[in-house]
Amino acid sequence: MSDYNFAYLDEQTKRMIRRAILKGLAIPGYQVPFASREMPMPYGWGTGGVQVSAAVMTPQDRFKVIDQGADDTTNAVSIRTFFERTAGVATTTKTSEASVIQTRHRIPEEPLSEGQILVYQVPIPEPLRFLEPRESETRKMHSLAEYGLMHVKLYEDISRHGHIATSYDYPVKVEGRYVMDPSPIPKFDNPKLGDMAAIQLFGAGREQRIYALPPYTQVVSLDFEDHPFEASKPDHPCAMCGAENSYLDEVITDDAGRRMFVCSDTDFCEARQVAGHTGTMNGKDAA
Amino acid sequence: MYVAVKGGERAIENAHAWLAEERRGVTSVAELSVEQIREQLALAVNRVMAEGSLYDPDLAALAIKQARGDLIEAIFLIRAYRTTLPRFGASLPVDTGKMACDRRISATFKDLPGGQILGPTFDYTHRLLDFKLAADGGVPEAATREAVPGDVPHVTEFLNHEGLIEEAPHDDTTPPDLTREPLEMPAERALRLQALTRADEGFTLGMAYSTQRGYARNHAFVGELRIGSVPVEMDIPELGFSIEIGEVTLTECETVNQFTGSKSEPPQFTRGYGLVFGQTERKAISMALVDRALRWEELGEEDEGAPAQDAEFVLYHADNIQATGFLEHIKLPHYVDFQAELELVRKLRKEAGANSVREAAE
Repeated sequence: MSDYNFAYLDEQTKRMIRRAILKGLAIPGYQVPFASREMPMPYGWGTGGVQVSAAVMTPQDRFKVIDQGADDTTNAVSIRTFFERTAGVATTTKTSEASVIQTRHRIPEEPLSEGQILVYQVPIPEPLRFLEPRESETRKMHSLAEYGLMHVKLYEDISRHGHIATSYDYPVKVEGRYVMDPSPIPKFDNPKLGDMAAIQLFGAGREQRIYALPPYTQVVSLDFEDHPFEASKPDHPCAMCGAENSYLDEVITDDAGRRMFVCSDTDFCEARQVAGHTGTMNGKDAA
Repeated sequence: MYVAVKGGERAIENAHAWLAEERRGVTSVAELSVEQIREQLALAVNRVMAEGSLYDPDLAALAIKQARGDLIEAIFLIRAYRTTLPRFGASLPVDTGKMACDRRISATFKDLPGGQILGPTFDYTHRLLDFKLAADGGVPEAATREAVPGDVPHVTEFLNHEGLIEEAPHDDTTPPDLTREPLEMPAERALRLQALTRADEGFTLGMAYSTQRGYARNHAFVGELRIGSVPVEMDIPELGFSIEIGEVTLTECETVNQFTGSKSEPPQFTRGYGLVFGQTERKAISMALVDRALRWEELGEEDEGAPAQDAEFVLYHADNIQATGFLEHIKLPHYVDFQAELELVRKLRKEAGANSVREAAE
């Protein structure tokens, strides 16, 4: 792939993206329009994240890609291979070793540290989109901090279901100003967004938006005093590593509908197993 | 026994190999050449060039071959290639009045300077399967005639002499570039036309058709439809003058639409405009109708709430590469979000169950 520039994008395009990133970091939670390029992978498959990763990547970086928390899901493999080919950077599956982590739908369980960059793939960057389909309107609502509609939606959830019926993609408020879409991470991950040591960058390719959270930014999940936000997860330990506090995937193990719960973060789970932790079904058939 | 899924990489490699085999088909049938596609599937090539926004018949033909005939996939290949190309500069605006027309028809005048040229059209073919084509490809020779020299004036110009049609204001400002700037609303007409010329043919057709059936009807006459080649000129700074760098085939459609007028302005016909790479007349006509529908505001028409009047709706959903990518991404794993929904629905159902038991007991 020597015909392409380092990390695929030409330097002018990367500069344009870096400007958008810097603007995003300067105004945390604000959606910066950027001239997203057509990438050699489809829109909706991480083109925003890929462009952001390409723009921040240096030859010294060590790159990790996860999708649903796992390094080995097909699209994560595809994106990792893309950067191995076009940038020749080292890759890793270990969260702590990575300097740039591109993710879809999860924040790693292991706390990130200063110097790391977490890049999110974002399908719909506009938290108000399903309340108001018009971009011209939602931009106005953000500029006036007019977020009443969102609170009405959450309130209606409570009156209908007794709970806020949003389990992922749960809206947050950044530094008391912008309501932001954290991308479709489970709300279990929401508390990790705030006060994080790493830089968090959000790229939406098709929708041509970039936004960002600088390190140690205040991020609050929207809620009500009498219905406080609750980060929920399946009420089980991991069947492989025994972790009690990690987000779990439910795996159906046979035709009778028997199931088990395992960590969605594969690196976290493997590291724990190597360290000697074990769950109820490690090495055994489903009971 | 549960083992964390591994082997994504090998699965992908194997899938690619299988795909390549399927693309080739049975090897006892001769392989299709790029030249054959370029010459014999020219309308597919034209569509790929138009919606891929890259005028290169050879690359479009290659993309069609690689995409196994899936034209949206081929358009995607062209777009992804196009975006990596360096830009040397911009051409001068092409002059479609200087077009060497293969086809030029007007539905508004029986005859006109420059004449009506039917050209290579399906229009009056009877749609009967030609089984001879399955056997041999021999074609009778088509009659030829000397081209009439000189420019071919636009029909709308004749109307303009009398002031019967709105003036198309001359504008020398550099238009915005959709491929270099994010699409933001409100979009001026130049930007809307740019988005429409690369828009999905089917989407544009559906939108145009909806205006004909009464969703923001604007009663279009095809003032003129022309297809032919025009020279492309570029200013070369080192030379200080412009030179011709090539030719492109274009389809241009100008519609003459229902008139407007007011107390101060006498009634006048209005315009819709379509210009598309290649021989792509369904698309060019559709584009002209949608362009006209989107102009409701500047023409002081009523907002009927019709989809074709809604610039945000039309422009944000017209691009088939964006649309297909997002549509198909739902094939990707969503275990995590689904798990979160599962937990929530289980919890809500449990509570609903507990409530109904309590109510029954009361």
